Amino acid sequence: MMKIGPETPVPASSGRLRRHARLGTACSTILAAFLCSNGLATAQNRDSVTVCQTLEPTILDPTASAAAAIREVTYANIFEGLVGFDRNSKLVPRLAESWQASPDGMKYTFKLRAGAAFHDGTPVTSADVKFSFDRAGAPDSKNPQKWIFEPIGAVAAPAPDTVEITLKTYAADFLEGLAWGDAIILSEKSVAKAATEPVGTGPYRFVRWNRGDRLVLERNDAWWGGKASIKSATFRFIADPQAQVSAMLSGDCDAFTNIGAPEAVDQLKKDGRLVVTIGSTEGETILAMNNAKAPLSDIRVRKAIAMAVDRKLVNEGAISGFGTPIGSHFSPNHPAYIDLTGEVKFDTKAAKALLAEAGLANGFKVSLRLPPPAYARRGGEIIAAMLAEIGITAEIEPVEWPQWLERVFRNKDFDLTVISHVEPMDLNIYARDGYYFGYSSPELKAAVAATKTARSEAERKAAFEAAQRQIARDQVNAFLFMLPKITVAKKGLTGMWPSWPMPANPLAELKWE
Amino acid sequence: MLRFLARRGLSMAATLLVAAIVIFVVLEILPGDPAVAMLGVSATAENVAAIRLELGLDKPAFTRFLYWISGLFVGDLGISYSYRVPVAQLIAERLAVTVPLALLAQMLAVLMGITLGVFAAARAHSRLDAGIMALSQLGVATPNFVFGILLILAFSLTLGWLPAGGFPGWGEGGWRALRALALPAFSLSLPQAAILARITRSAMLEALSEDFIRTARAKGLTRGQIIRRHALPNALVPVITMIGLQFSFLVTGTIIVENVFSLPGLGRLVIQAIGGHDVILLKSLVLLFVGAVIVINALVDIAYGIVDPRLRKMPR
Repeated sequence: MMKIGPETPVPASSGRLRRHARLGTACSTILAAFLCSNGLATAQNRDSVTVCQTLEPTILDPTASAAAAIREVTYANIFEGLVGFDRNSKLVPRLAESWQASPDGMKYTFKLRAGAAFHDGTPVTSADVKFSFDRAGAPDSKNPQKWIFEPIGAVAAPAPDTVEITLKTYAADFLEGLAWGDAIILSEKSVAKAATEPVGTGPYRFVRWNRGDRLVLERNDAWWGGKASIKSATFRFIADPQAQVSAMLSGDCDAFTNIGAPEAVDQLKKDGRLVVTIGSTEGETILAMNNAKAPLSDIRVRKAIAMAVDRKLVNEGAISGFGTPIGSHFSPNHPAYIDLTGEVKFDTKAAKALLAEAGLANGFKVSLRLPPPAYARRGGEIIAAMLAEIGITAEIEPVEWPQWLERVFRNKDFDLTVISHVEPMDLNIYARDGYYFGYSSPELKAAVAATKTARSEAERKAAFEAAQRQIARDQVNAFLFMLPKITVAKKGLTGMWPSWPMPANPLAELKWE
Repeated sequence: MLRFLARRGLSMAATLLVAAIVIFVVLEILPGDPAVAMLGVSATAENVAAIRLELGLDKPAFTRFLYWISGLFVGDLGISYSYRVPVAQLIAERLAVTVPLALLAQMLAVLMGITLGVFAAARAHSRLDAGIMALSQLGVATPNFVFGILLILAFSLTLGWLPAGGFPGWGEGGWRALRALALPAFSLSLPQAAILARITRSAMLEALSEDFIRTARAKGLTRGQIIRRHALPNALVPVITMIGLQFSFLVTGTIIVENVFSLPGLGRLVIQAIGGHDVILLKSLVLLFVGAVIVINALVDIAYGIVDPRLRKMPR
């Protein structure tokens, strides 16, 4: 209930004046109580942290939707897999304490951690692992990353703490796949509620979710990894970039995972109470081209477009220059990355010559459909201006996400679009038939297959390199930059991931100093 | 009176039914697939089919329409595609923000607007009047979100008195929730108050020039009595019309201000429903807006009757 300050004595005078005076006092009392209870200089509460992010998930079950926002909230917080990625994309044990692969790589034996339990108190056993993987790999499964489970022949649970997975096809990336958020371990008992009231095994348990505003978690004191440093954690969702900056400057948020206003970085950096860290996501931002549609089916035309785009300027204009330039569809954070940014140089003259060679000296018209994120809308406009320089008229059409997914992604009704592919290790989309940019190459398919069948790290690395080169050589798309991760945190709060090998904000790593 | 209410109720129900049909048809035609929206760029045909089956999207449109309409009567609006919780619950959560915010903003607007309008009219063509009108001109011309940004700058970032945004929920104590609504309500109310001030002033000036005012003055009433008892009641009809319009606007979501203050109101739920192609949620939201406008209009009609007895007897 509302509280109003104590009645203040009012000097006796004429009725009218007294009425006015009383009103005035009441108002100022209300105002004072209202404004001052915030406490401008409250000391930092070390028992809690408010982590803010742009996107709010609509559900919390990563096995039912591909949304990155789900992983940003749940990965290594509420849910865990047998293994996981750390901030340097190194594979680390989670619910599995250790594991062994057979010499032929066809059988994996996992030893589960003693003491691991779900938030409802039931211990994690091999039966839960079998349930989770059987469910994810089933024909009617809705798991967004089914490739992880496709190689599995059988999951056996010979003892409560032992899981044996026999593969039917060899997969070099099998263990890596198990580290994804899509391969979390769920209990049959609570799986039905995973979307709205998740019961996981991680260091934080779900408390409540005020949709549209915040999600509150609480430390799981029974976590196998010990107690996390901060007792209560709140994720707040702030979509508007300007509101994000205000929330950091006012102290409402202790950290912002990836602030959506790159243009405000200087302002934030100047604030002595905040620390800004520029890192990278796994989002390859590309000018995607419809390879199946003339004239973009002509490699010379695609190359001309790529040459006409001044990558540096797009980076500058779209995200204030914080992106890392790329020359193929591969993350510079991966050990197998090769720098192909020099393959196509910005050269308007050469681009025009290439177009002339393709018989399009007089230019042509293309559609450029732009989804809502600022990098796409701003980047798209700059790109359209650059294409105009070589005689290509790009007709910009801003679209909402569902329309982008329906028209561009599903019906392939587009010529050009700007989009960031935020999933890690998604080179394999180039080997998919019927994927939206309409590319098909036996060489690339062979290279991608080789990354799966590789028997050694060196072999795998070579296959990745071949694939990167093939995509760059065929100029499937114009490759722009990796989407940056701009982390802002209050001074004194440590442990935020500077980069995102996976979209994740493990709260157990946060600490107040 | 009963017959009047019954007729009114029937016509409201008919309007709502027609609106429901139009909403359903229009949203069915919208390009987009909720299953694809959920899966994003990793969607495979197999996954899309599995999700469509789960959401019941494989059923024909007419069957889904019947489900939806019959559900409306028992308060079952279905399960949101994207949130996987009952639509009614989602909407109720947002109403708990939007309705108090709208009421608060409207109250502030009425208090400020009518007071200033009356003062301006009472001292017409004075310096006070010119000052109030200049201020109201500024208020009318400035969009509410600009006030929002300025208020955040002043009260959150500079003075640190109020939160810059967000809504902790009523469960965290009414005081904290009210504090979260203070700046947004104020920024919403400023342009509305400016409009109300101008309308009140001109309606008051008109009323003050009527013959009965001269009579009242001749009777020996004071200036204040004339304004309170005679001029203001007669000036209220256009003001109430405007309040009705403003309140409809406030209830149907004030998307930009909600964004500026990151408030979980109805407006942002609409945006999220569009972004996730959550058609089932969108349908109920649009219908709710139509219903709200109809109900508010009916309330405005009743209010006319209260302030102006002549309007009570008029046939409709």
